[in-house]
Amino acid sequence: MIPELGSFSLILALLLCVALGTLPIIGASTNNVLWMSLARPLTAGIFVFVGLALATLTYAFATDDFSVQYVAQTSNTLLPARYKFTAVWGGHEGSFLLWTFMLTGWMVAVSIFSKSMPLDFLSRVLGILGMLCFGYLLFMLATSNPFDRVVPLPPADGADLNSALQDFGFIVHPPTLYMGYVGFSVVFAFAVAALLSGRLDAAWARWCRPWANIAWAILTIGIALGSWWAYYELGWGGWWAWDPVENPPLITWLFGTALIHSLAVTEKRGVFKSWTIMLAILAFSGSLLGTFITRSGLLTSVHAFASDPSRGFFILGILGIAIGGSLTLFALRAPMLKSDFSFDLVSREIFLLVNNVILVVSAASVFLGTLFPMVYQAVTDDLISIGPPYFNLIFVPLMFLLVIFVGIGPISRWKKTSVSFLVKQLSKVALASLAIGVALPLVILLEFSLPATIAMSLSAWIVLGMIKDIANKTANKPDFISGLRSLSYSYYGMQLAHFGIALMVTGVALTSYFSTEKSVLLDSGQSIDVGSYVFTLKGSSQVRGANYVGEEVTMLVTKSDVPIATLLPQRRIYIATGTPSTEMAIDAGFLRDLFVTLGEQKESGAWSMTIYVKPFIRWIWLGAIFMAFGGSLAAADKRYRKLQKRTEQSLEIKGGEALQAVS
Amino acid sequence: MKPHRKKKLGIILFIAAGLSVATGVTLFALSQNINMFFTPTQVADGEVKGDTYFRIGGMVKEGSIVHSGDSLEVKFITTDFVSDVPIQYEGILPDLFREGQGIVAEGKVDVAGVFQASKVLAKHDENYMSAEVKAAMDSAAAAGEKQKSYGGKSNDT
Repeated sequence: MIPELGSFSLILALLLCVALGTLPIIGASTNNVLWMSLARPLTAGIFVFVGLALATLTYAFATDDFSVQYVAQTSNTLLPARYKFTAVWGGHEGSFLLWTFMLTGWMVAVSIFSKSMPLDFLSRVLGILGMLCFGYLLFMLATSNPFDRVVPLPPADGADLNSALQDFGFIVHPPTLYMGYVGFSVVFAFAVAALLSGRLDAAWARWCRPWANIAWAILTIGIALGSWWAYYELGWGGWWAWDPVENPPLITWLFGTALIHSLAVTEKRGVFKSWTIMLAILAFSGSLLGTFITRSGLLTSVHAFASDPSRGFFILGILGIAIGGSLTLFALRAPMLKSDFSFDLVSREIFLLVNNVILVVSAASVFLGTLFPMVYQAVTDDLISIGPPYFNLIFVPLMFLLVIFVGIGPISRWKKTSVSFLVKQLSKVALASLAIGVALPLVILLEFSLPATIAMSLSAWIVLGMIKDIANKTANKPDFISGLRSLSYSYYGMQLAHFGIALMVTGVALTSYFSTEKSVLLDSGQSIDVGSYVFTLKGSSQVRGANYVGEEVTMLVTKSDVPIATLLPQRRIYIATGTPSTEMAIDAGFLRDLFVTLGEQKESGAWSMTIYVKPFIRWIWLGAIFMAFGGSLAAADKRYRKLQKRTEQSLEIKGGEALQAVS
Repeated sequence: MKPHRKKKLGIILFIAAGLSVATGVTLFALSQNINMFFTPTQVADGEVKGDTYFRIGGMVKEGSIVHSGDSLEVKFITTDFVSDVPIQYEGILPDLFREGQGIVAEGKVDVAGVFQASKVLAKHDENYMSAEVKAAMDSAAAAGEKQKSYGGKSNDT
């Protein structure tokens, strides 16, 4: 009976979505306070019922209820408890339920932290999210209900969770990525509500910014987790493969990055309004595109779910309505959004515009490279693939260009900046950055490479520019500490995020140009030099886990005869499916990773393996952590909270009046 | 023209110029980096021009895998049950590389007619296969011989 309860909850949530998608929006345009005030309770109701459905599904997994088809497909009695709970999102149906649950979570968050917003605006925002949620729930109930039963007889045991997914990364990556992805729906709803109401001013930007920043920060972490997971689980030694399913989050992230910068201009200077709206629509479209690509069966990869075409058409429908509708609205309403171009051709506005153009072009080039093979196949029926060289060729120079502006932007001034001021501020920074760029790779890695020098110069450019800017901003204060205190959270947020870029650029450059990798065949007792390390095979043994058996090889790593680490790579066979799987062994470090991935054992007893030494690879994800932290810090800026307090008081008064009016 | 209009026009021209340069460069890069996909029969029929880097997809022929005893070199034959193409690869094969399994290899055909692979991809798990492996399997199935239970598996949900 319990799985039916899940279906029933979904149906109830769907009905509530119908109400939420209509009444508050109509209420907002007819000034019906009662209808508008339904938005919050309806949102809470949808959250509760979708949450209940998710809990029901989790319960079915916990109790090994293999009469539920989805559970039978993605779980197994031998599966360890932590994966049993998380196998909930191990397939298409459950992960879509999680996706929808994330959306309802965001909706509730909006309805709670929206005290500064007028009721009509909030009603529109929640109403639009309600429509979206309706689309998702309808899709789930019509094509992919996770609670469908196996008829007539349930299997004795489940087919098991894909062995590649049985890992810590699987527990954290999908929920985080979804949360970030879906967060952009909120910003999208704000944008559409602005178009509907014709209200797009600094106050709007102030409501919108914290949401955009938080969604962006979570998406950053979600992508970084995926990259980290792929790095240590898939074992090809890379951290980004330009896989067609990795790309949509990146596209969304690039649009999102452009959006948070454009929003800053809209808030501070009241310009770039329609552009900001456009970016909100694009970022959201990126997230829907990601869903479409993974769930339509259009292409297959590690991430893709087994699927049937009807799902693809359904999502394409949602995509068409949401994007087509919002773009039409945009075309109708955008001319009303007037911006005063009261700034010079050399000003912070222009630098941020350049930043936006670079980010949008990068997103577009990734989009093109991702979809081109599909379009090509549809037109010519030939299969082609676009490899990493294309993406690297386009993306890397664009990012280099972007980083140059990351250095200039914060130092420049709103409205008007003189070129001579910038030259004066930055000429020494530029020289010092070049010097560091040449020297650092030589000192750390004793090698020279032009791309690494360029990248290191650019990292130094960001960091030194940042120091210069902080020095400027604290120069007029009585002492340095009080100067630092006077700077706002959002300023620190920006600088931290930019510092994160510097870390990431450093990590990417050094790991790309100075990694060593060797594929070898080793007998017991044999050793091999990789970089400045010596890897010795000590022996191998049998291992047994809860749901797998396998072999483990012991590798001792030494440097100048000093033992550094013992690595234990494994080859496993999962019992339920008989699937082989390789477990890397990694010795992680701040300055380098040592990493062994095991091949097969030869008849002679020798093992084939690939050994990698990867300098500075952790800096890539460290950079992402800094970016996300910076984004969150900016969202926590006082001015958003102050505003909330002030309007809380005025709302209480107004609320009282409204209540009287209703009664 | 009013000054603010002029500025607006300047900005629009700047964006348009930036976008067109970017489009041009992107399309060029794209055209340089397309990897075509061929089946063993297409390769055997000489559809691939001399020194092209491409992808080939097919089944690993039963009993064709030869591991070298003292290096990571491995030779096998890929087939679509009409034509066979020998493949040589040096490195560690994917977890699911097996006889009778669909694979995709990336590389070039050398003068001796052996496909020198720089990368070999296999089915990632029982429910997953790349579009190309699937195509290779489908064309193999269509060739009519040795029908096996591969075909429907990815669509049975």
